[in-house]
Amino acid sequence: MDKHITVPFDRSVSESLKAGDYIYLSGTVYVARDAAHKRMTEALEKGEDLPFDIKDQTIYYMGPSPAREGRVIGSAGPTTASRMDKYAPRLMDLGQTGMIGKGKRTEAVKDAMIRNGVTYFAAVGGAGALLSKCITASEVIAYDDLGTEAVRKLTVHDFPVIVVMDCHGNSLY
Amino acid sequence: MREVQVETIRDAIEEMCISVCHELSDDMKQCLYKAYDTETSDIGKKILGQLKENLDIAKEEMIPICQDTGMAVIFLKVGQDVHLMGGDIKDAVNEGVRRGYTKGYLRKSVVADPIERVNTKDNTPAVIHYEIVPGDKVTVTLAPKGFGSENMSRVFMLKPADGIEGVKNAILTAVKDAGPNACPPMVVGVGVGGTFEKCALMAKEALTRPAGVHSDIKYVKDLEEEMLTKINELDIGPAGLGGVTTAFAVNINTYPTHIAGLPVAVNICCHVNRHITKEI
Repeated sequence: MDKHITVPFDRSVSESLKAGDYIYLSGTVYVARDAAHKRMTEALEKGEDLPFDIKDQTIYYMGPSPAREGRVIGSAGPTTASRMDKYAPRLMDLGQTGMIGKGKRTEAVKDAMIRNGVTYFAAVGGAGALLSKCITASEVIAYDDLGTEAVRKLTVHDFPVIVVMDCHGNSLY
Repeated sequence: MREVQVETIRDAIEEMCISVCHELSDDMKQCLYKAYDTETSDIGKKILGQLKENLDIAKEEMIPICQDTGMAVIFLKVGQDVHLMGGDIKDAVNEGVRRGYTKGYLRKSVVADPIERVNTKDNTPAVIHYEIVPGDKVTVTLAPKGFGSENMSRVFMLKPADGIEGVKNAILTAVKDAGPNACPPMVVGVGVGGTFEKCALMAKEALTRPAGVHSDIKYVKDLEEEMLTKINELDIGPAGLGGVTTAFAVNINTYPTHIAGLPVAVNICCHVNRHITKEI
């Protein structure tokens, strides 16, 4: 069924979502992919803070193409989530409640999702032009030197995703 | 001897980088339109509909079809009667890529070293495959390759006794393992024969053959058709969420090989199978 959800959301909202639900997300999501996850994990190991408070937040695994003049962002579709599997459980244990990406995840990620009440959404891979139209603001908030891999804060409106793994252990894959 | 200025090649590559990332070739578009009509799964059809809409937005608003505008793979076939003038051809190709990716607002996805991983910020260097061919023309094929699907590609060093069944098994194994990660519907490029590196290169080049154009070799054409049918029976479907559209095409290239071997490479590409060719 189709649902409209505001991001960020807490664990109770996440627990209400089921694999197979079509969701339109509106609100704020943070963007991080390979290099940013590595750097965030290194920060935690040094006892430093993350670039944003991760409690109840959703991370979109994505690296956009550059924005043309007057545009918010370039093409902005999901990247393969499994490359973040090494880092994701630790962030979920710190309160992250949502992930947006594409593709299968490891058992360790599934366990962390169940443990923390986290939902994994898929956006359609290779639909970056379409998805960019649902992004109304974009700001680099950390690791600017990483270029497309910098951490971004996005404002999204009716961003279309599908719950592919819910926090009850169900998966569409 | 025909003289060709390397800057002509540079300028062609710049333009090709921009156009290929915003509009697919007709063969790939037709595959998507046809699949939208034939897909039987509701979720699959919905996703194919989004992909169609995505192509329209990309072209009309000049937003790259996919944010992963790839690492630039270039096949440069240089006629043996051509004299390249005006500088280093490799530098010219990379300058074309640099200008195209910068002026075209394309993503810079290349890191200078695989371990140190510092972004070069201009998407260079390209991966360039040179070939000397008869004639006095230069044929440039550009195929920017995204890595969601590249990561799911495989090389299998089979034994001669594995035969054609081994080849089929290798192709299906690679596609099943790729699943949703490779952004299906996919195009499957296969190289059979040659050596370890030759089969991989054939698989890559097979992806640049238009969908629907089959091998001239009868058994290879039959294999392409059989594999496409079998892959589409796997129920991976659009975005890996089920359906009858898992692949648009299976393109297989072959080459003589050693008495002891049967190398098979499977290079998987997502539905954004970008390829463009220009003759200079």
